[in-house]
Amino acid sequence: MTNILTVRDLHIQARHKHGTTEIVKGIDLDLKPGEVLGLVGESGAGKSTLGLAAMGYTRDGCRISSGSIRFRDQELVGASASTLRHLHGNSIAYVAQSAAASFNPSHRLIDQFTEAPLEHGVRSRKQAEADAIQLYREMQLPNPEEIGFRYPYQVSGGQLQRAMTAMAMSCKPDLIIFDEPTTALDVTTQIEVLAAIRKVVKEHNTAAIYITHDLAVVSQMADRIMVLRDGHMVETAPTEEMLANPKEDYTKSLWAVRTLHRETRPRPEKTPLLAIDKVTAHYGEFKALDSISFDILPQRTVAVVGESGSGKSTLAKVITGLLPHSPGGEIRWQGEALPPRLQDRDKTILRDVQMIYQMPDTALNPRHRVRDVVGRPLTFYLGLHGAEKEERLRSLMEQIELDPDIYLNRRITELSGGQKQRIGIARALAAEPRFIICDEVTSALDQLVAEGILKLLLKLQEKYGLTYMFITHDLATVEAIADDVVVMQHGKIVEQGTRDEVFSPPHPDYSARLLASVPEMDPHWLDRVLAEQKIDLLENN
Amino acid sequence: MLRFFKTTPPTALLGLFIILSVAIMGVFAPFLAPYGETEVVGAAYMPWDSVHLLGTDNLGRDMLSRVIYGARNTVGLALLTTAIAFTVGATLGIYAALKGGWVDQVVSRAVDVLMAVPPLILALMLLAIVGPSIPNMVLVIAVIYVAPVFRLARASSMNIVVLDFVQAARLRGEGNLWLISREILPNITSTLVAEFGLRFCFVFLFIAALSFLGLGIQPPTADWGSMVKENATLITFGDITPLIPAAAIAVLTIGINFVVDWMLHKASGLKD
Amino acid sequence: MSGIQKLVLRRIGLGIVTLFIVSLLIFIGVELLPSDLAQEILGQAATPETVAAFRRELGLDQPAVIRYLEWVAGVFQGDFGVSLANRRDVAELVAPRLKNTMFLAGYAAAIAVPVAVTLGILAALFRNSIFDRLANVFALSSISLPEFFVAYVLILLFAVNIPLFPSLARIDDATPFIEALYRTFLPALTLILVVIAHMMRMTRAAIINVLAEPYIEMARLKGVPRYKVILRHALPNALPPIINVVAINLAYLIVGVVVVEVVFVYPGLGQLLVDAVAKRDFPVVQAVGLFFAATYISLNILADVLSILSNPRLRAKA
Repeated sequence: MTNILTVRDLHIQARHKHGTTEIVKGIDLDLKPGEVLGLVGESGAGKSTLGLAAMGYTRDGCRISSGSIRFRDQELVGASASTLRHLHGNSIAYVAQSAAASFNPSHRLIDQFTEAPLEHGVRSRKQAEADAIQLYREMQLPNPEEIGFRYPYQVSGGQLQRAMTAMAMSCKPDLIIFDEPTTALDVTTQIEVLAAIRKVVKEHNTAAIYITHDLAVVSQMADRIMVLRDGHMVETAPTEEMLANPKEDYTKSLWAVRTLHRETRPRPEKTPLLAIDKVTAHYGEFKALDSISFDILPQRTVAVVGESGSGKSTLAKVITGLLPHSPGGEIRWQGEALPPRLQDRDKTILRDVQMIYQMPDTALNPRHRVRDVVGRPLTFYLGLHGAEKEERLRSLMEQIELDPDIYLNRRITELSGGQKQRIGIARALAAEPRFIICDEVTSALDQLVAEGILKLLLKLQEKYGLTYMFITHDLATVEAIADDVVVMQHGKIVEQGTRDEVFSPPHPDYSARLLASVPEMDPHWLDRVLAEQKIDLLENN
Repeated sequence: MLRFFKTTPPTALLGLFIILSVAIMGVFAPFLAPYGETEVVGAAYMPWDSVHLLGTDNLGRDMLSRVIYGARNTVGLALLTTAIAFTVGATLGIYAALKGGWVDQVVSRAVDVLMAVPPLILALMLLAIVGPSIPNMVLVIAVIYVAPVFRLARASSMNIVVLDFVQAARLRGEGNLWLISREILPNITSTLVAEFGLRFCFVFLFIAALSFLGLGIQPPTADWGSMVKENATLITFGDITPLIPAAAIAVLTIGINFVVDWMLHKASGLKD
Repeated sequence: MSGIQKLVLRRIGLGIVTLFIVSLLIFIGVELLPSDLAQEILGQAATPETVAAFRRELGLDQPAVIRYLEWVAGVFQGDFGVSLANRRDVAELVAPRLKNTMFLAGYAAAIAVPVAVTLGILAALFRNSIFDRLANVFALSSISLPEFFVAYVLILLFAVNIPLFPSLARIDDATPFIEALYRTFLPALTLILVVIAHMMRMTRAAIINVLAEPYIEMARLKGVPRYKVILRHALPNALPPIINVVAINLAYLIVGVVVVEVVFVYPGLGQLLVDAVAKRDFPVVQAVGLFFAATYISLNILADVLSILSNPRLRAKA
């Protein structure tokens, strides 16, 4: 069979202040009609750039420096703007990561659907609208006859993502580029979108390039997987073969991340370090936490799990005193009630409870140096100065596995995401705390970097007898580090217990759905889940 | 130093040159000006010649000397006014963003009222009450321009205050002084400096306009706005002399705008 | 639609409250003055008897609260009191000049707004072209020029060197419309030059801002031609900032007439206000100031409402 897309020795350069860098470095790619190719890689691997280049398109500041991209018999490198315009939307379509940002807020969904067919003259408005309703139905959107007449803001994120896939299908293209279409979604929403995308692509026999950093997701969607790293191809193979038997070390290390697992530790009979007792909190009128109670035992790790809007981050704010809880409940530290307000707490408590943040880019002041960030708690809490402080700084840097000679005087802006996260850990550690709240600390990081951070946190817990509260939406992280688990939804606790208790049946409805929605690295996982009818796909969130 | 000239765009260099020249003119006015500020040296409206390079004004004072003194008066007062507005506005703005609550509410509502009335009209009404004089003018304009500076300082601090590193400092138990001076201020300095340049231009044009209307800097003090007004009749005879102080105003503001543009560009480039 | 009405009513209410506060502040300010107004206006030569009589006549012997309430009641009936300078009825003094000021501002706006918005869209469409760069330089300089400089340069060029237009814009009720347009061409042109650059820059910036949004890339990847991307996808979302900047500039036009009216000796409100401030003729200052403030506030309300109407999301929320 002839290829629908053939890429040969493609090089793409990005321009920046100090010249140009190559971000795609000589990639070959073949795609057969109806085939789905998964592009996998960490951030900076060049997978989005490559995906867009398959449309003959580069973002501002990038350009194709050499190589060839053939769509059927048409060379796209150097093709005229009007040639490309006739292909875009018509023969090759694009599905972006954030549907909320990629739909024009000023136009109704159906008008955006019909735009491409009308522009390319392949449908009349009436036909195109009929197509839209048909495709909305195929994508299992609720009220397919009416949903198109809504504006984007009136439709939920998961539905918008499906509507965008429908829009990409509007001219029945031969090739669709999916650029991380489910990354921004919660897992229970993600599974619905994955199922709908896969069904439509298969039924229309459309070829697709599916870009993602999530191996479990790609193994459901792709016939073949290509692993990218730093603009190079690492390896490519059919999905089953790639999962069962990766050849390159890099691929193997990616695969291994998902298998980090903490040994079960028996729950000791000790007084809790922190007891949360019927705590309720409000944002104005909105009740963000509803009578939450659970204990955190010393030297253990509690994972607080939930999707966006579950109240898990609010819980951190309430424990730290940033958001005082409503009267009635109580938070006890070693048996003594904590004042609800941050201002009323004394310095020893502030020192004992430290926090590590989700976004490394905003967690550290970009105008400071590493030395300032890590040194401040040493001076503030411990009153250290001079040589003593210097010595402590160096030992802290060694704890977080960064060379003090190199990094101590660096500016924050000169660090990578993973390095910043390590500095965040050092800042928390400098206070010599007993309890650390980790708020989604790995969700903004690539998988290998995230694994390094988790291992570091485990090591530090062992060494200093720390107690952790892990806020996360990622069940793989829970598997990797948690002793105890609290599952939250809509500001309430749905289930709590040791990890093994929560992870094994019987489950309350929500936990069951949450657990079942987490993609596994088994190509048949999605089929299995759908077959078992664990998830009601027609449920409209 | 050489590198500075190479890496800085020509427009910004021109702007810096203009600002520097005007500053020198203002500071050394008594040494540079051939005649005194209010000294009558001849007949009114004498044409340009070798003795009076730019001729004389409506009262027979040396035009060139008055242009030089004007740099001192107009620019100096604009600088003073901007500095007052800035100190008050920026301090209030950062504090309001950090503390929120009633302080924020009260100042924000007051600023809303100030900004709901066109500045020139507000200034004229206030001047009608207190009467036109130099200190009154400075105060009135400073009060009016506290409002936009407050809004900008508050808005840009708000963007910083919500970031995790400020939260981390709060959780550590840091006081207001640390939060403002070490966490917030370093992150909004470039915005504030650029704003200072822009505000200075507005204030400067504002003072010139008021003086032109006869309600700002009062005679016999030399100032670029009122000099235009006093000698405007010459224009109907095709004489461009009265346009010279007006052009001086224009050149300085353009120069400052060039520099501000460059600084804003540099600040935004650093973020990447 | 009832939501919109509620919102408009709330904004209008806030605007009226603001006007009240401003008038009250001015009133209190006048009260706090150490010098005696009547004495000041009549001059040092006036005998205590004449001063006292003048005070009675102006009602200055009444308590301040009563005078303020009387003044407010008067304003609601269109009575703004009597000028201190020439004892004429303020409303009569203001009315014809109000018409002239509105005429001049409207004249300038009718030309400036469409031209500026069109040029702004073109500059965004041909970003970084020669046209765009020229427009940028023009904009930067015109923002930096004092109005009176522009005005006098225009007089020098088009009234003195090439005598096409009159340098003084004198009109009255008897002036025919076309003749009035001709006589006020130079002041109108001054205003146009002053506001056009800013509006154009902001229109361009608003559109370019929107061009960075992911939905613009999406539209391009659907094969939509560039001009349609700008008109159909960028412009509707850039409307709120454009509407705002137009409103600010319209407000500026009405206020900016003060200086321009003085240069061209045009019989408008601005001239009246400047004279009244110099003479400290408070009833006139109050009335004219209040009018300018009211116009400014109304334009801002109008801009808010139009911005909301142009955005489906806000439209639904309101």
